[in-house]
Amino acid sequence: MGWTRDQMAERAAKELRDGFYVNLGIGIPTLVSNYIPAGMSVQLQSENGMLGFGPFPYEGEEDPDLINAGKQTVTEIPTTSYFSSADSFAMIRGGHIDLSILGAMQVAENGDLANWMIPGKMVKGMGGAMDLVAGVKKVVVVMEHSAKNEPKLLKRCTLPLTGAGVVDMVITDLGVFTIDKKGGGGMTLVEVAPGATLEEIRSKTEAGYRTSNAL
Amino acid sequence: MQKVYPDTRAALAGLLKDGMMIMAGGFGLCGIPEQLILAIRDAGVKNLTVVSNNCGIDGVGLGLLLDTKQIKKMISSYVGENKTFAQQYLAGELEIEFNPQGTLAERIRAGGAGVAAFFTRTGAGTQIAEGKEQRKIDGALYVMERGLVADLSIVHAWMGDTEGNLVYRKTARNFNPMMATAGKVTVAEIEHLVQPGDINPDHIITPGVYVKRLVHVPNAVKHIEQRTVRKRTAAPAGTGEEV
Repeated sequence: MGWTRDQMAERAAKELRDGFYVNLGIGIPTLVSNYIPAGMSVQLQSENGMLGFGPFPYEGEEDPDLINAGKQTVTEIPTTSYFSSADSFAMIRGGHIDLSILGAMQVAENGDLANWMIPGKMVKGMGGAMDLVAGVKKVVVVMEHSAKNEPKLLKRCTLPLTGAGVVDMVITDLGVFTIDKKGGGGMTLVEVAPGATLEEIRSKTEAGYRTSNAL
Repeated sequence: MQKVYPDTRAALAGLLKDGMMIMAGGFGLCGIPEQLILAIRDAGVKNLTVVSNNCGIDGVGLGLLLDTKQIKKMISSYVGENKTFAQQYLAGELEIEFNPQGTLAERIRAGGAGVAAFFTRTGAGTQIAEGKEQRKIDGALYVMERGLVADLSIVHAWMGDTEGNLVYRKTARNFNPMMATAGKVTVAEIEHLVQPGDINPDHIITPGVYVKRLVHVPNAVKHIEQRTVRKRTAAPAGTGEEV
């Protein structure tokens, strides 16, 4: 039990604030755009050089010159701007983007993130993930709590890192954790998904964490 | 000074040699200098090091130069869309140097701007920083990355005048403007060739000083990697349906 993929995206959308500039990764993070509250101004950034993009085009109106970072055809909106990849990553690395929501293979209790390679398997590359986690103000990971019964929330990542001490929050199908990546205050369980229990989370989490008093 | 060449072969004449480093603009198949890539394939130069965010797909874009085994090494951030790439890599025929996408973009920008190296937080404390200088600046760890200059840059622009002033269209801009600055020689293919004065100077993105040669490609075929659309009815704003 716990949250579905859509419910995880809906929970992640609660981290949005009016006026935010946001970068969404591929997979569940993309679904977050379906849950932007009405009346809230949120501009989505695409690291291939676009700020402010709309939904997929109507059939027949696809433009090969207009794609997002997942290489999917998208559309322009009135707030759209275009810029080069260097400008795009100046925006990202320079701390001008408020929130990055992305997937992960592993997260450690100190905020380390691994999501780009498995040694011994064909490596596709990190794309923009290392820049995003190094530069964006707040980094939220959305992922399944465990993979084939192997925990993904660990004391230390065993896979090569995408970033060291970069994750602020982890949303899984079972609950929500915050990580005090700068202060060294460790990881705290702050929410339990409906249908999940503290015991279940404890048994599926290798990382050390405190449970919020509110729970 | 005549910058406009009659065709892609003429535009690259005398510039190609085995073992050279070539930068090729584009993100995925968007904004790639496809006609110039075809001309490089036909020229048959080998042992190339190619700097490009991706490596095309099978049979399209830089994927064509994999088929002919002209590429020795790629410097890229993501090469996931290409089966030929995986085969040649696993067979030890192809080297890959992965750069984080923003680091790649900045290395090219720096190279073109005469900056030998810079410090970035991207990749600090990861495998990417191994063998590179890391330095603590204002309490945070940074990695030193080097500027990149290529023997030749090939870029794709939407419009250009005979002076080499370029304008790009939508997300087809991507890596093209930085690469135009970072080639010892830059050759641009342009969809619309116009006269000086026809482009509003305020709108020019790449000034002509960076562009040595131009070729008009009026009927360039463009490719879509992931065709995602929505139905005309019922889909609420901000969503879409993948087909």
